[in-house]
Amino acid sequence: MRYNEKELQALSRQPAEMAAELGMRGPKKGSVAKRRLVKLVVNFLFYFRPDEAEPLGALLLERCRVAQEEPGGFSISFVEDLSRKYHFECCSQEQCQEWMEALRRARNEIRKMTGKDPLEQFGISEEARFQLNSLPRDEQTCTGSQLGVLD
Amino acid sequence: MKLNERSLAFYATCDAPVDNAGFLHKRGGRGAGSHRRWFVLRGNMLFYFESEASREPLGVILLEGCTVELVDAREEFAFAVRFAGGRSRSYVLAADSQAALEGWVKALSRASFHYLRLVVRELEQQLAAMREGSPANTLSANPNPISNPRPKENGRAVWSALPEQPTAAPKRPPLPPRRRASAPNRPLASFAQLHEHYGREVRALRSQWRGGQAGLAGLEVWHRSSSGGTHTQDQP
Repeated sequence: MRYNEKELQALSRQPAEMAAELGMRGPKKGSVAKRRLVKLVVNFLFYFRPDEAEPLGALLLERCRVAQEEPGGFSISFVEDLSRKYHFECCSQEQCQEWMEALRRARNEIRKMTGKDPLEQFGISEEARFQLNSLPRDEQTCTGSQLGVLD
Repeated sequence: MKLNERSLAFYATCDAPVDNAGFLHKRGGRGAGSHRRWFVLRGNMLFYFESEASREPLGVILLEGCTVELVDAREEFAFAVRFAGGRSRSYVLAADSQAALEGWVKALSRASFHYLRLVVRELEQQLAAMREGSPANTLSANPNPISNPRPKENGRAVWSALPEQPTAAPKRPPLPPRRRASAPNRPLASFAQLHEHYGREVRALRSQWRGGQAGLAGLEVWHRSSSGGTHTQDQP
């Protein structure tokens, strides 16, 4: 599947919700735990060799299951094959708990479980500034992602 | 970079409701003409398939940090998804109708978590301003925000990862005056002019606010990074 790797790499450099060096073991049988810098940015979990700038890989966290394994350890697997687990070892059960909660929050689909667009609860989806049809017809640029330009 | 592509493909084709779906013409990479593809938007990922019945996407566009623009192109109802950074590719897409175009631009403009963070921050400010004067401040100092997260009432996450917390509760900026979106007496201003006009006020308020707000450094860095240039997150 093609994807825009450059933007994924750029995303891995953004401020993280959580970042720590953890033990990480891939889902393949016989894989060995290695120290990895693990970084949670929006709904992606990036993992790096410690002290390397470019990530080894990324996991999109949609439709994942986060489970406690041994004390201080958790796993991530995906709905289509829950037996295929990525294992992570933390330095304490407290750290493990923090990570599990952060990972569960990171999934976009939690929003979907409420059945409604959270913006609509505040009436903000219908705010004129977010509407395209309030713009003059000959305008080129749209709002939304360009709010960052205000900086 | 490795990516869990198999899971991505399942996510693309699962039963959950989509944020938007439809046919778009997509220009090939090297000006190779355009193809009609079936597009599916889920969260910050825009998948495209050879056809509506395909079981696996041809590809996906991660939308974090993108801007969406109308373009003047040979195709009708065309728009572009662009990213910061010189060598980034633009995706020029064309819808089949004005309504479809508007639907896509609106949906894609909102598809990033970056956008959601900004909206959440604005809502937090409005909420705090509304509660001003009451003894309980919703965003009171929390020495360790990461290990003690408080979910928002609507179940959404606290997005900002504040590296430090000021010892006093943060002072909220004054709420700017609400304006009617359609002002009948105003001459027909271009969007760029309006954007600049409101942007000036927001910048002024923000620099006022920034005076005592070291704790929001994490969020500020996000904005600087997204407007271009690289920023390496400090390793713990």
